[in-house]
Amino acid sequence: MSLKRKDLLGIQDMPVEEINLVLETAESFKEVSGRDIKKVPTLRGKTVVNLFFEPSTRTRTSFELAAKRLSADVINFAVSASSVSKGETLLDTARNIEAMQADFIVLRHPMAGAPNILAKLLRASIVNAGDGGHEHPTQALLDLYTLREKKREFKGLRLAIVGDIAHSRVARSNIYALTKLGAEVRVIGPPTMMPLEVERLGVKVFYDMDEGLRGVDVIMMLRLQLERQGIALFPSIREYSRLYCLTPERVTLAAPDALVMHPGPINRGVEIAPEVADSVSSVILDQVTNGVAVRMAVLYLLSGGK
Amino acid sequence: MNVKKAERTVMDAQEINRALTRVAHEISERSRGVTNVALVGIRSGGVHLANRLVARLKEIEGTTVPVGTLDITLYRDDLNARKEQPVLRKTEIPFDITDLKIILVDDVLFTGRTIRAAMDGLMDLGRPAEIQLAVLVDRGHRQLPIKATYVGKNLPTALEETVEVFLDETGGPDRVAILS
Repeated sequence: MSLKRKDLLGIQDMPVEEINLVLETAESFKEVSGRDIKKVPTLRGKTVVNLFFEPSTRTRTSFELAAKRLSADVINFAVSASSVSKGETLLDTARNIEAMQADFIVLRHPMAGAPNILAKLLRASIVNAGDGGHEHPTQALLDLYTLREKKREFKGLRLAIVGDIAHSRVARSNIYALTKLGAEVRVIGPPTMMPLEVERLGVKVFYDMDEGLRGVDVIMMLRLQLERQGIALFPSIREYSRLYCLTPERVTLAAPDALVMHPGPINRGVEIAPEVADSVSSVILDQVTNGVAVRMAVLYLLSGGK
Repeated sequence: MNVKKAERTVMDAQEINRALTRVAHEISERSRGVTNVALVGIRSGGVHLANRLVARLKEIEGTTVPVGTLDITLYRDDLNARKEQPVLRKTEIPFDITDLKIILVDDVLFTGRTIRAAMDGLMDLGRPAEIQLAVLVDRGHRQLPIKATYVGKNLPTALEETVEVFLDETGGPDRVAILS
């Protein structure tokens, strides 16, 4: 069985069966990552190009490890060092990469929809590694994998996503995924960080963090994107932190066995207190481990059906 | 077009039973007991056969040998040629295979390509002292220089025929049939 698609662009148009297929396939790859010899010959001779127009360490490294553990060859294009800074367009860059016979292009780009454009015009499989404020599908898939590992069932699971919902592709992909799978999703944040009519995605909105956290099984924190705050969405980091930082006291409002998640990198003391990030309920590092297995599954499943 | 194929039973439940009992005896004879022996069933046809051999060896030797399951999907040599990716299942070998005599177990030995993949898969998990192969049916037509150590039944077949193994564990009843 394969994903019936050439590219992975987002969760929004992904049916539940395909989401489950990725999660089940990832289990086998987690076993591979736990071996002494963390490599299988499956994608031998295939080329994966990481094309990153935004800085990223975690996601890029995760994709790189995933590809290498499948025996693919990996090239990293860091934007500042490439000809993009000489004025080349995205499409020209991508066409050049494809002319070198790349089989996969893993794209991170500041513009929403950039991967969709490449997917239409290129033969290579495009994997969206984050496009603007739009989607970050592999992050949502690894969050789902981690949740399934810890909580077994999505149906009836109560989650709160906290932070800058409006500018977060992680939030968007997770909302699409979790609502499809039957979880109850709440979003918490200041009104300036709430997308218009976000309720239409099937979530409940809370502006008061304490109220929103009450009884939830999972708290999913978002990183406060300090580098994106061109327009002031709140008066000061201190004020944001006072209202929306996940402190040990706030964790106690959630269910006793609640999980704390964060896509990283964490801003200690801004959106999450250090003692919470390091606590037993935190699965932040499990998310990172699972990310490699989930990305291996995505590359494996996309390499079929061509 | 769905043409109904002619089907001919070549092994019944009793013959399968006897063949497995003989193979179990041959394993214990060849290894002089079962110390340092472990069985690994190849998904999916070999898994139940491996478990049955473990039970037979327990009756003969009085000890339970470790048993694992190997999924060879990631080691296949036809991943690029296939239209669909095969469903990936888990490899579950809950012991260190290094320095053990590993007996791979499969239902039908045909081209030998599955066994090549299985050996590559095993080597990535450690360094066994020895790898042997036990199959219920050897139907010939090898494409690689691979030979089974233990064979339940040698079954001459034509290349275009299909050999199907039905087992009680998968809805059975136990029997081996040739479809032509």
